[in-house]
Amino acid sequence: MGTHLPSTEFDGTAVDDQREADAEAVMGEPAAQMVQLLGPDGKLGTDPVFSDYADKLTPEALRGLYADMAAIRRFDVEATALQRQGQLALWVPLTGQEAAQIGSGRASQPQDYIFPTYREHGVALTRNVDLAELLRQFRGVSNGGWNPKDTNFHLYTLVLAAQTLHAVGYAMGIQRDQKLAAASNAAGREPDAAVIAYFGDGASSEGDVHESMVFASSYKAPVVFFCQNNHWAISVPTNVQTRVPLSNRAKGYGFPGIRVDGNDVIAVHAVTEWALEHARQGKGPVLIEAFTYRVGAHTTADDPTKYRQSAEEDAWRAKDPLARLEKYLRAEGLADDAYFAKVKADGDELAAYVRRTAHDLENPDIRQAFASVYREAHPLVAEELAWFEEYSAGFAGEEESAGQAAKAGH
Amino acid sequence: MTTMTIAKAINEGLRATLAAHPKSLLMGEDIGPLGGVYRVTDGLIGEFGPDRVVDTPLAESGIIGTAIGLALRGYSPVCEIQFDGFVFPGFNQITTQLAKIHSRSNGNLSVPVVIRIPYGGGIGSIEHHSESPEALFAHTAGLRIITPSNPHDAYWMIQQAVECQDPVIVFEPKRRYWLKGDVDVEAPGPSEDPFKAHVLREGTDATVVAYGPLVPVALAAANAAEEDGRSIEVIDLRSISPIDFDTVTASVRKTGRLIVTHEAPTFGGIGGEIAARISERAFHSLEAPVIRVGGFHMPYPVAKVEEDYLPDIDRILEALDRALSY
Ligand SMILES: Cc1ncc(C[n+]2csc(CCOP(=O)(O)OP(=O)(O)O)c2C)c(N)n1
Repeated sequence: MGTHLPSTEFDGTAVDDQREADAEAVMGEPAAQMVQLLGPDGKLGTDPVFSDYADKLTPEALRGLYADMAAIRRFDVEATALQRQGQLALWVPLTGQEAAQIGSGRASQPQDYIFPTYREHGVALTRNVDLAELLRQFRGVSNGGWNPKDTNFHLYTLVLAAQTLHAVGYAMGIQRDQKLAAASNAAGREPDAAVIAYFGDGASSEGDVHESMVFASSYKAPVVFFCQNNHWAISVPTNVQTRVPLSNRAKGYGFPGIRVDGNDVIAVHAVTEWALEHARQGKGPVLIEAFTYRVGAHTTADDPTKYRQSAEEDAWRAKDPLARLEKYLRAEGLADDAYFAKVKADGDELAAYVRRTAHDLENPDIRQAFASVYREAHPLVAEELAWFEEYSAGFAGEEESAGQAAKAGH
Repeated sequence: MTTMTIAKAINEGLRATLAAHPKSLLMGEDIGPLGGVYRVTDGLIGEFGPDRVVDTPLAESGIIGTAIGLALRGYSPVCEIQFDGFVFPGFNQITTQLAKIHSRSNGNLSVPVVIRIPYGGGIGSIEHHSESPEALFAHTAGLRIITPSNPHDAYWMIQQAVECQDPVIVFEPKRRYWLKGDVDVEAPGPSEDPFKAHVLREGTDATVVAYGPLVPVALAAANAAEEDGRSIEVIDLRSISPIDFDTVTASVRKTGRLIVTHEAPTFGGIGGEIAARISERAFHSLEAPVIRVGGFHMPYPVAKVEEDYLPDIDRILEALDRALSY
């Protein structure tokens, strides 16, 4: 096997294939087939397992998937602009990953619990998180911003992969709830629930992902690992993280791994729905690798021209998730110009709302931080808060006298 | 009153917790049929089954990270870390996640996870089995840290830790696991707040603050000093975060002298924090500088020399002599 060293030099021929070839060389077996239903040409193909799921999508649902993807892309543009204008400290764009996020998020049920990383704005939209609230963290007015209990959409996690373990633990809790409910023979039982843990191809190298998969497999926890392989961990390409398709790893843990075209919202929806059902039925975890691409920068602080070629970006733009669903909807007569104009108008309205609201997000009082360090009373926090109050009171006096002095014309 | 060892007292405390709280569970390596390497969870799996006493995969981050998820779902996990030196693979989950979820959720989420860590030296073991990393955790806001020094506290404090809605780390003094004492299991509830220090012995000439494994050493030193006509007050700190500075301050106001002792290295340790706070709070009462008696700035040494490393009666007496010479 020839050594294939990661390089910032793009050879211009294959975007994805080298890793597939590597996988074959390393594993001695072909890489997993990638599930794709809706191709870049907007034509719907078939799959022995997943076409049944795609068939369940009504025209309305299909239009909804498009509208969600368009809304979140518009939101992304707006948030990026807000960052450029100094309204946000940082923004983490998702453009290119709309299908992976909307498809998977829309496949979840309200009782399912979602553990995102930090780029899952599209998933947040599907869980009815107020997108303006999502900006709190990036504006620096909160380390969270919404109450996860309202939407079953957990707070963003910035320490890569940490949340994958929380997801498995939460799923273990669901299992225990089911046993307790069965034991008490409770009528009106809650519907079975599952958990989705999102993480990136870079994060897949973190030990916590390994440990989470070991725990999930050992206890058959109802959890779906959803890896968005967007090909880059900041500037480091996927082949530094793995020599085989990430979905192949599931086999080693003893549960199904599926690679899906992450730019095909219909396939992502189908595969995630299947995986969640599998988990809810007590059959254990599933790993989904959504093969997608982060079209823009890693964050607004990043410069992708330093590490990748625009040809690569162009190749992926040709696989755009919105464009292909639009082609399909038009070809099938499911949506017309008026529909797409309406989606655009709705997006502009959302953007205006977010812009307005982001400006108005109030700076918190540091007293709030004192108040939430611990749930129960804590003497050190109380002592330091008392000191802070006294110290601030001293300044209040000064400000007042400074104000009076100014008024008096001094 | 029943007489039992610290290990047995924790075992009984865990049993009481599991019986009282259907949503509590134990997680850790080898805690099931083996009963833990120190047998602290002995017999519990037989009584409560493998869903309540969970032998986990060998993965500290996994244990703590999944415990966080269980707590988010309304469970009360009690994790056992096998030895002090092996908590570090889980350090990330403890410090960046467990400690912060309540504050970063603005109080909307709580993660009442308990982590039990056998700690400290004096058992003649090999490396990574004798360390005292409490200061590394105490520095992180959002965690509470307690350490019992006797069976009665061991029995009650573990139950109080599980009831506490904040994350609690319980450092268990492993060389005292076999120390026997009276436990009032009949008490309707714990007699004392687990985060309050106890004055174990009254005195007027100097105060010695100790916790966990060094409490019996501090008491023995005070008894020896008494033979030389010195009246020494001994405080069992019990809680390392928060620290009950009120009790220590009141004692120093009376005695004017303070010695703080712990097994952990002196540099950057809890003793320094106590010295600094007491200098601020009781400067005018102090007749001498606060003196710390702790471990050296070195990796915990090999077992054959640990006697020279660990604070003992003589080291505490030497410190007392110095304090009293001012
Ligand atoms: C434990 C940890 N190490 C490093 C970082 C800094 N960091 C932030 S994002 C990132 C790359 C992540 O790549 P990937 O997991 O593929 O996710 P993506 O951002 O591409 O969605 C790095 C290294 C971090 N947040 N956490």
